[in-house]
Amino acid sequence: MSQLLEIENATLKFGGVVAVNDLSFSVKEGEVYAIVGPNGAGKSTVFNLISRFYDPYAGALRFDGQNLLARSADAVADLGIARTFQNIELFDHATVLQNLLVGRHRHRRTNMVQEMLFTPKVRREEERHRAAVEDVIDFLDLQPYRDKMIAGLPYGVRKVVELGRALASGPRLLLLDEPASGLSVEETQDMRWWIDDIRKQMGITVLMVEHDMGLVSGVSDRVLALADGAKLAEGTPAQVQSDPAVIEAYLGTGVV
Amino acid sequence: MRIHFKTSYDHDIRLFPDLWSFGVYAALLVIAVILPWLMDDFFLGEVTNVLIWAIAGLGLMLLTGQTGQASLGHAAFLALGCYSCIIFMEQGWPFLIAFPVAGILTGVVGTIIAIPAIRLHGIYLAIATIALSILADDIIVLLDPITDGVSGKFAPMITIFGIEIERWTTPDRFYWLVLAITVLCTLAYRNLLRSPLGRAFAAVRDSEVSASAMGVHIARTKAAAFGLSCAITGLAGALMGFYAGAFNNETFSIVISITLLMMIVIGGLGSIHGAFFGAVVVAFLPQFLSMAKDLVGGSSVAIPGLETGVFGMILILFILFEPMGIYGRWMKIRIWFELFPFARKDMFKRQKSYLKTERLR
Repeated sequence: MSQLLEIENATLKFGGVVAVNDLSFSVKEGEVYAIVGPNGAGKSTVFNLISRFYDPYAGALRFDGQNLLARSADAVADLGIARTFQNIELFDHATVLQNLLVGRHRHRRTNMVQEMLFTPKVRREEERHRAAVEDVIDFLDLQPYRDKMIAGLPYGVRKVVELGRALASGPRLLLLDEPASGLSVEETQDMRWWIDDIRKQMGITVLMVEHDMGLVSGVSDRVLALADGAKLAEGTPAQVQSDPAVIEAYLGTGVV
Repeated sequence: MRIHFKTSYDHDIRLFPDLWSFGVYAALLVIAVILPWLMDDFFLGEVTNVLIWAIAGLGLMLLTGQTGQASLGHAAFLALGCYSCIIFMEQGWPFLIAFPVAGILTGVVGTIIAIPAIRLHGIYLAIATIALSILADDIIVLLDPITDGVSGKFAPMITIFGIEIERWTTPDRFYWLVLAITVLCTLAYRNLLRSPLGRAFAAVRDSEVSASAMGVHIARTKAAAFGLSCAITGLAGALMGFYAGAFNNETFSIVISITLLMMIVIGGLGSIHGAFFGAVVVAFLPQFLSMAKDLVGGSSVAIPGLETGVFGMILILFILFEPMGIYGRWMKIRIWFELFPFARKDMFKRQKSYLKTERLR
């Protein structure tokens, strides 16, 4: 399997705080790769680096051999990288359907004038986008919420809608920032099956940040443990969980 | 209660959800077209004024209601549209060319101004755009050779294919012209809302971070919103010039900008209906107040600031009790009747939501 995402010696500083410290890892095409670590370890910062919300202080980011640093935040989506957010960032004053359709924005083929006149091409494109979005709605069982406003939806459903919006863009790499946080046991179980299916049926590579070790060891092929922005351990879920450095970072040492 | 039974994706895309609402709007259009035979010239003039304000409201609604960018500078774009259209016509251009070109010119200038302005957010953008309103006044005076500065300009006669249109001598023709432009602007607005760019506008309004993660170019989208908004406002400005007949540097003052913003807030932010409801309030309030003054017998007493005061109070009451504006209230009443007798009191409980777009900064 080829390397889809490569991060080499990435460093990010906020003033004196080193958020990401000389971090290198790579994600293979078709795998589920999880990042774990205590709060403040820099997990979400790594995501924001890949999404190009932050500029790294040093280092290189490559996606499928292309230099990510040469692209702006909106051009990252064009490569086929979609993401969800830790604190849900949906479009609150729009329906579920409209939110998912925004996910299709990178496939827009019409311009402003055509859209104002609503030419037949715009209609054809709209139907094409809609068909793609309906596939996602079927996959995530969102049918009851299709025309509901986001502002009135429960947290668990919003979490799924956000996953749906990322999937609607037809990505090659899916970044999931704590997909199971705040979800009930059943909802977490659903999320686990979906992540499995996303990888197996749709062939999408998944990079996720997650605290729920049950979910992490259930779905991921490899795990990266972070602490203070630096790599602590990398390997299969079992290897990482038994790594002494990881145990120390989470629980502290036994010395009095 | 009407239930939409959808059998194809087109049912969600088409302009009217069902035959009933198509019928309602068709009837509305028919009444609008035959209005000159139903009303005397004075009230027809007032309705024309409402429509012109509604077009200007659509322009600002696109920017503020749809894309979430406040602007207190739209009087400047009204002025630019008005002056450019009439100056083009003075050069001998026919109305059918001068009018759209004035709109496009205003849109282009708006986009150019937007490029630095859209780096600002929320209240800061509002403050920066106030400067435009104030500048417009001075620029009109400074450009005296072109704009005739303080003495002002008079709107020429509109001629379309030999038909002469003028606000005072042929108010019905002028009304139909404004009505046609209103319908076209509304259709264009509605079409935008159901296509990718309209959704990108809403995405930028609700969450810039995730909009850019979905591939929406934030700056470009905001500039497009600014440009379109200014173009529509420019068209409305040109019509205002023809409606007023004469105008100078003080016609498009900052008060007009503020009125415009208040209008769309009172009407209901983010809806096409809101622009129209707000326009009705703005255009009829002075008439209503003078009638009320007649009733209490104080018609000869001039009360300075009465109009502004009442307007401000209405705005405060709306923000406190009905932030969704007249359109929001209208929807609630409609839903109440549609669900009768099953509507519950807490169905429309407001949820606190904070301006999320500022979060990453």
